[in-house]
Formats: sequence, C-alpha cells, structure tokens
Amino acid sequence: MGVGILVEGLNAWYGSTHTLQDINLPIPANHATALIGPSGCGKSTFVRCLNRMHETNPIARATGVVKMGDIDIYKDASPVEIRRRVGMVFQRPNPFPTMSIYDNVISGLKLNGFRNRRILDETVERSLKQAALWEEVKDDLKKKSGASLSGGQQQRMCIARALAVDPEVLLMDEPASALDPVSTSKIEDLIFQLKSQYTIVIVTHNMQQAARVAENTGFFLNGKMVEFDSTHKIFTNPKDKRTEDYITGRFG
Amino acid sequence: MSTQPISNQRPPLDLQTRSMRLNTARRNATNYFISALSVLATVLVILPLIAILFYLIYKGASSLNFAFFTHIPAPVGESGGGMANSIVGSGIILLVASLMGIPIGIAAGVYLAEFGRGKPLATAVRFTADVLNGVPSIVMGISIYSLIVLQQKHFSALAGGVALAIMMVPTITRTTEEMLGTVPHAIREAALGLGVPKWRTAISVSLRTASPGIITGCMLAFARVAGETAPLLFTAFGNQFWSFKLNEPIAALPLQIYVYAISPYDEWHRLAWAGSLVLIVLIMVSVTLVRIFANRGVLKGGS
Repeated sequence: MGVGILVEGLNAWYGSTHTLQDINLPIPANHATALIGPSGCGKSTFVRCLNRMHETNPIARATGVVKMGDIDIYKDASPVEIRRRVGMVFQRPNPFPTMSIYDNVISGLKLNGFRNRRILDETVERSLKQAALWEEVKDDLKKKSGASLSGGQQQRMCIARALAVDPEVLLMDEPASALDPVSTSKIEDLIFQLKSQYTIVIVTHNMQQAARVAENTGFFLNGKMVEFDSTHKIFTNPKDKRTEDYITGRFG
Repeated sequence: MSTQPISNQRPPLDLQTRSMRLNTARRNATNYFISALSVLATVLVILPLIAILFYLIYKGASSLNFAFFTHIPAPVGESGGGMANSIVGSGIILLVASLMGIPIGIAAGVYLAEFGRGKPLATAVRFTADVLNGVPSIVMGISIYSLIVLQQKHFSALAGGVALAIMMVPTITRTTEEMLGTVPHAIREAALGLGVPKWRTAISVSLRTASPGIITGCMLAFARVAGETAPLLFTAFGNQFWSFKLNEPIAALPLQIYVYAISPYDEWHRLAWAGSLVLIVLIMVSVTLVRIFANRGVLKGGS
C-alpha cells in the first residue's frame, strides 16, 4: 500500500543556486500527484529530494522536513533505506546494459543480496505483469539484454524494476517524454492502474497527461510552488494568475 | 507599388553548373586523398608487426622441436636442450604479477573514478600512476632489488613478480578509470534509485558495465610486462634448472633469450630466435584466450 508524504519548508541548492524555495506540499497516499511547470522550475529537483537522490550530487544540499508516513526521511533513515521504499523512474529509460531482462527487473533485490530463486522468479513475473510488459518479453527473459528492447519497452521494464523492490511511493520524472504516443498511452494506463497500490508523483511537461492521470496537480515556477489543488481546479479555475497564464499557454 | 506574389518555392538546385561540378570534383579528390592517407598510416603501423613476426618465424621456427618445450637448457658445449623451465618460469612470474597487479590496479581505478572525484588524494594517485608509468623498467628492477632481494638476501620468483606487478598497476588503473568514466551516469542513478549502496553500485553496475574495456587494459598491461627483461635481471635472476618455488631464483623466457642472444654460440643464437617466437606466440595466445572467455556469457543484442 502507498503512504502519504508531507513536505514542509523544503529548500534545495545546487552550489549557490537556490533551486527550491520553501516548498510545502501534502501528497496523499494512493493517489497520483502531477507536478507541472516550465523547464528549470525545480520539479525534477523536488522529486529527487523525495528519495534523497538530490544529495548524490556533491554540490547539492537540501533542508526541510519530508515526512513519509511517520518518518522524517532526512532524520530517521539512511538514503539507502529511503530509496528502497521510494521507487524512481527516470526521464530516459536506463536499463543495465550488461544484464538480461530478468536480471534488470530483479536487480534491486539481487544487488541487495537477495538470492531465493523461487521468490525472484515470482517477483519478475509479478512486476512485469504490473508494468504490462510480461506478454511481450516472457519468452526472452534470460536470453535478451534489457538494452535490446524498444524505448517504450525499456521504460516499462524500468517501471517493473522499480516495482520489484515493492516500494510504497513511485516517483516518475517525465517518464514518457522520450517515448512515442503509443508507448506514452501505455505508460499512462499503467499509472492509472498502479495508483491503487502506490502513491505516485509524476513530473510532466504534458498538461494533458497531468489532466489524464493525476487527481492533484502542483504548479512550480522559478523554484517555488505557486499553486497546489485538485487537477480539475488547477485546469478549470486556477486561483493564481501565473498558473492560469501557464496552462493557457501564455508562457512556458 | 504593385504587389508581387511571393513565391515560397526555392529555385531548383542545379547540380550541373560549372562551380558545382568543380566543387564536387574537389570534394571527391579530398575524400580520396584523406582515405588513402588513412590506409597508408594503417599499413605503416601493421607492417613492422607483420615483419617482426615473419622474421621470427624465418629465424626461429627451424630450431623449434619437441625438446624445446620439454627440456631444460643444455650445458655449454652440448647441443640440443630447450626452454621448458623458462616457459614455466615466465608463467609463474606472470601469474604472481597478475594476481597482485590486476586487483590493485582495478581497485585504484575504481577509487579514482567512483569515489575520489575532485579529492586531493585522487589527484595524487593519478599523478603517481602517470609517473610510475614512465619509470624505466631497469629502475624498477633496481628498486625491487634493494627492497626485496637485498632484504631476503636471495633472488626469487616473488621479487620478479612484484617488479612486474608494479609495472602493470599504472596502466590498469588509468584504463579502469577511463573506462568507468564512459559508463553513463544514468545507469549509476538507476542503481542508487533502487536503494543499492554506493560501493555495490560501483562494483556490480559500473565496473561490470565497463568490464570489456578494463579487460583490454589488463591484457595490454600483461602483454607489456610479459616481455620485460630488465626488471627480472636483478629479481628473478634466471635459472638453468627447474624451479617451481617462489622464494628461489627462477628462469624466464626474456632472461633466457637475453643470455642466449649475447652468447658467442650460433646454436644459442638460433635458440634465442626460437625463444622470441615462442614468447610472442604465447602472449598472443593468452590474450586471445582471455578475450574468448571474457566474451562468453555476454548477451547479444545489447548496445
């Protein structure tokens, strides 16, 4: 089951650039939350702060409170523990090129020392079915490299890989921006099904996509969160003038 | 002013104008010239290699026989004999060198590429490796002589192995660092994002992805030290008899070739040629074998 996230007073820096300024945001459990905004507004930095990937960059740092359920991810847990509970799907599919499809999907378990064959087999099948890729690859699981799949298949394999470690939250940083329309619609269907079991945060440049998959939407601009509300309200009756300008295409 | 309809069609591209024809001719000529230069350069690089190999076969193949691979050198004045002990000795020294040099070299490369970015220690290690790479092999021999041989008060296979290992390290370290640098950052992020610790990511993801290049680097280092003579002169020393012990002087192909080549006997000269041929063939065979084994189990269809 998913878990809700409460962000309070989150600030983030790259070197001396203040990329996120005092973000406050409640992300409800088992819902999809979309983050929209022009390039460079801090959306990606924000999701990377939710699984502490932000700090893997030596010049980056973050302050503030991010509560996942009962725990403060910056105080009560190590980055490694957090990343096991918060899965991430990146903008471009990033399969492990030396691994088969099978090994790619269970890499999160295997690289953490998990060895039980029966459970690994079951996990691969479950995750690939969840990611709607099972039927396409079930005959080549161990024969083909993960990098030999098409872009859209690779991205679904990356989603399966993230799901295989059984996370509570799934972060998706523009998961469909490098994909064709057919693959994009498959990923969107997937998000729709997955949110019954996971809390999903999706960054997107595509406002129709936000409208299609997310119950709530946040609008970011220049490192600040301008507005957060139900997707319906953001797109039909935004409170802030800047949100309205953005969604009507006047800038960005 | 009368309004003229603006045509949005470009004028048709005429490939038959004089200047176009001249341009095409010039481009074709340049293309041909540069291609010819590349082919010439390639031939110039390969020619000495082929020439050396053929000259060795011409000079050495006639002295190769079964005894060469099964017998130890014959005493002065007797004919026949072989280099069996040198072949085995070289194998032992190179095994010792590889067992020490490859793990240390790769580990240092992993530190430079994955953990040491921008740290003063990494800069120092990188600089040291580059300097070490330029140290003449005779100097390496003398250093190990004073560090190990003088302390132990005898020459040994171990000392020879250590000398060669130190010569292997800088090449392996720098290749490992460079090959890890070509692994896309996105792949590391994928692993970190799954909750894999950084050390595990470095070993199981980055190193594994870069392994073909790193294996090539190890092979280059191996092939380079396999023919080294100078570092072995004061360390392994050479031996006219069988020896399998690490703490005793041991025979090695380059040393035996050296001894035979500077001798006044024609038969020994021929044996030196045969030894050189065997040395080169053995290096080629071992490098090829490693490649074949390293390529096993690599999945097809990956990029």
